[in-house]
Amino acid sequence: MTSTFSADIALILPELILAVGALALLLVGAYRGEGSSRLVGLGGMAVILVALFFTACAGTGETAHGFNDMVVVDGFGRFMKVLVLIGALVAIPMSVDFLKRAGADRFEFPVLILLATAGMMLMVSANDLITLYVGLELQSLSLYVLAAFLRDDARSTEAGLKYFVLGALSSGMLLYGCSLIYGFSGTTNFSDLAKGIATLGEHGAGIGLVVGIVFLVAGLAFKVSAVPFHMWTPDVYEGSPTPVTAFFAAAPKVAAMALFLRALTTPFGEIVAQWQQIIIFVSIASMLLGAFAAIGQTNMKRLLAYSSIGHVGYALVGLAAGGEQGIRGVLVYMAIYMVMTLGTFGVLLVMRKDGKPVESIADFAGLGRTHPWLAFVMAAFMFSLAGIPPLAGFFAKFYVFISAIEHGLYTLSVIGMLSSVVSAFYYLRVVKVMYFDAPEGQLETPFPLASRVVVTVTGAVTVLYFIVPGPLVAIAGAAAKTLVR
Amino acid sequence: MIADLAQGWPILSVVTFLPLVGALLILLTRGEGEATERSIRSIALITTIVTFLVSLILWAGFRDGTAEFQFVEKHAWIGETITYHMGVDGISILFVILTTFLMPLCILASDVIHTRVKEYMVAFLVLESLMLGVFCALDLVLFYLFFEAGLIPMFLIIGIWGGPRRIYATFKFFLYTLLGSLLMLLAIIAIYLTAGTTDVVELMKFNFPVGMQYWLWLAFFASFAVKVPMWPVHTWLPDAHVEAPTAGSVILAGVLLKMGGYGFIRFSLPLFPDASVYFAPLMFGLSVVAIIYTSLVALVQEDMKKLIAYSSVAHMGFITLGTFSFTEQGLQGAIIQMISHGIVSGALFLCVGVVYDRLHTREIARYGGLVNRMPVYAFTFMLFTMATVGLPGTSGFVGEFLILAGTFKASTVATFFAATGLILGAAYSLYLYRRVVFGELVHADLQDMEDLNWREKVTFLPLMLTALWIGIYPTYFTTATDASVQNLITQFHAKIAANAAAAAPADAAPEAGQGTGN
Repeated sequence: MTSTFSADIALILPELILAVGALALLLVGAYRGEGSSRLVGLGGMAVILVALFFTACAGTGETAHGFNDMVVVDGFGRFMKVLVLIGALVAIPMSVDFLKRAGADRFEFPVLILLATAGMMLMVSANDLITLYVGLELQSLSLYVLAAFLRDDARSTEAGLKYFVLGALSSGMLLYGCSLIYGFSGTTNFSDLAKGIATLGEHGAGIGLVVGIVFLVAGLAFKVSAVPFHMWTPDVYEGSPTPVTAFFAAAPKVAAMALFLRALTTPFGEIVAQWQQIIIFVSIASMLLGAFAAIGQTNMKRLLAYSSIGHVGYALVGLAAGGEQGIRGVLVYMAIYMVMTLGTFGVLLVMRKDGKPVESIADFAGLGRTHPWLAFVMAAFMFSLAGIPPLAGFFAKFYVFISAIEHGLYTLSVIGMLSSVVSAFYYLRVVKVMYFDAPEGQLETPFPLASRVVVTVTGAVTVLYFIVPGPLVAIAGAAAKTLVR
Repeated sequence: MIADLAQGWPILSVVTFLPLVGALLILLTRGEGEATERSIRSIALITTIVTFLVSLILWAGFRDGTAEFQFVEKHAWIGETITYHMGVDGISILFVILTTFLMPLCILASDVIHTRVKEYMVAFLVLESLMLGVFCALDLVLFYLFFEAGLIPMFLIIGIWGGPRRIYATFKFFLYTLLGSLLMLLAIIAIYLTAGTTDVVELMKFNFPVGMQYWLWLAFFASFAVKVPMWPVHTWLPDAHVEAPTAGSVILAGVLLKMGGYGFIRFSLPLFPDASVYFAPLMFGLSVVAIIYTSLVALVQEDMKKLIAYSSVAHMGFITLGTFSFTEQGLQGAIIQMISHGIVSGALFLCVGVVYDRLHTREIARYGGLVNRMPVYAFTFMLFTMATVGLPGTSGFVGEFLILAGTFKASTVATFFAATGLILGAAYSLYLYRRVVFGELVHADLQDMEDLNWREKVTFLPLMLTALWIGIYPTYFTTATDASVQNLITQFHAKIAANAAAAAPADAAPEAGQGTGN
């Protein structure tokens, strides 16, 4: 008995490290008072690094189940967890300068990031509706607080409140879906669900179960900000402090997407036909809305919010296609998307004008002349988000659409391509403002070091990815294989 | 001797990426002011000249009389199936030389650019690399990468250094082209999934199901037709040309448009022969409309650049016409016409650039009587006008004649209407020439116009010589393309025959089955 218990513990070691680390750092912060944010921040990064090490290197690499099959650790989960941890690792240093200037460099920030990350890790590992929900809530509650982190700022508190209210609504839907699924199947466990459905065959899904799946998908669609559950995204992105927005756009999105993939593929893989059309609709709607709604935006963070909605649509193309290729496509997409989006927010974070962080697109005017390298990197991110080769974003789209075409989703592919032409328009507009317009005002220098490093690294990855595209695809392929058996 | 020099090293990669190295060097230069600007210009010029010289070694080492791909390089890239595969054959080699040949002249013609010289030269050198990559790539994904990536530098070139309506023009250029190429990307993915490879050499042997060919052909058509550009998706071209800086126009007309025609010959014909035959009437129709309609539009233009831009659409109409005649002459003519048009229209844009730099207007009515002040310019302009009209002895004649001869076998009606385009072409070209160069020198500010300076003469001289060379001794160029074109035609008909043979028993079989059943 003890041996299985220790095996179980070993399975969730990275999560435990994060949780215990967070609590320890909370104590450090509480005892050392306000001045400890720097120490706690460094400690938080160290904890994440340790967790990253154990996630990536420890274990046999085999798929392992634990806690009565409530938790699963497999290649797929490992891939997504590494992405989540990288996102969290980057978020802490990127925030330091911003929060200090906003007068909010409190030690709670890294602690909350750690707790949210622990929740995300659990989400990724969830093999049971209960685990899924617990992980999701741990993540969500931390994120609500993070969104409202600038508590004296009206927009930030508004963002936090909006996120909370709508998030609670979606959690309710999700929970309702879970209860329906449990009610009609008698189990909350993914493996048992899969077995039960497999024995019943193609018509195994009764109407109750399908309604349950619909609610589950609705709740998950909210978390990845897919249309029609996207309404919170622009407001929350705009209102939250920029480093928090950067974090939102990266780690939680990856985790929620992982959850989305697992919660549909593992238990309901046999009845793809029942939920595929929902995903196709959500995907098309997200791509189109992301493309058209962003055109009129003047605020960079809102623009990126709509852009993220569109990108979720593209990633979901892979899920709609399903199968190993499709999952691989989503994994590659999320990895590349995370790099691009972290870089873009990094650029936003290095830029300050007149003592205020830059948010409006007009503030980018003439960047090509005043800061050629920064403008170059930003242009690379924009072209990459638009999916222009040879930048990384092209390969992300390429793999997703390979799976879509393979599964005969031609309409979806063509709509996806057309909407990516529309979305190219607003990415180009940013480039236009940077290169074709005359400079206005001066940026404050020197740029904060941490964000500069992030921008440089992500920029280099985005621009040079085409030289060795193979490894990421291979790793993602191996990871996808463990999810689709 | 020189021929041996080309062997034993990855010469195609060197030619392709040499400009990129130059761009990196320019990026590393520090400081501002006259001296830095001069050194940036020299680096760009030297890079393009060296690239041209290396490509001449390539040309010397190129073996005529074989349809094989030469100087092939193949390395693993994305997994095992999508490779870094480069090579040239008779169809692509001329385009490589054309690109490397035009680039130094463009750099020379860019002396008038004084804002953000560094970015300008970097953009041009990057663009050169990408264009060369398009013509050398033997893998569809690699081709697509180069093909599409070229949009980025061109977007910046038109947008930063263009005319007053540059923003509108560059957005239109980018989005139009992107729309077409994304559909091609879907087709490339479909090809990859069907044939299991994106290697062009392998695909040439692969026979796609006829029903599938139609869709794939249409997707490729969407991309190439925009690029060529064919009527009615040509409207981005006049805008882009008018707003682009002179060197940008030269590259646009000289090389970028050729990617469309090259794409048709390289991919559409050999990969989708049945669909090509099926859609040939459509191509004929669109080409003929393009030739006549845009020629008429060119006649009434008030802006010199716009006139030449519309004439480009008409000339490209000849090229698509020749390509889809599926005859050896037609294809040869299309290739020669593309090379010739690259040189002649490039030169014409340079001619416009010369007077634009002096007077800062392209309005035809603002000129007249230039021959009195600028005899050398008048001569230069005349030579290229004659070449664009297709006067025997100039390069324009060879291409058009071969195209019409080839098309005549395929469709006399199309040839008849296309031939009227020649008359219209002469009309608008000579009309332009008369209004700009001849007549009385009425505008006072034209009195101070200076004739070509040495830099401009150096720019024009190679173009003149080449235009005459192609016109007088075209065999030198056609021998290089001969074997590849012949092979293409043979393969083309063999594939159609094979598909027809495969389809015939399939049609017959159900009937036979029914017969026995009854």
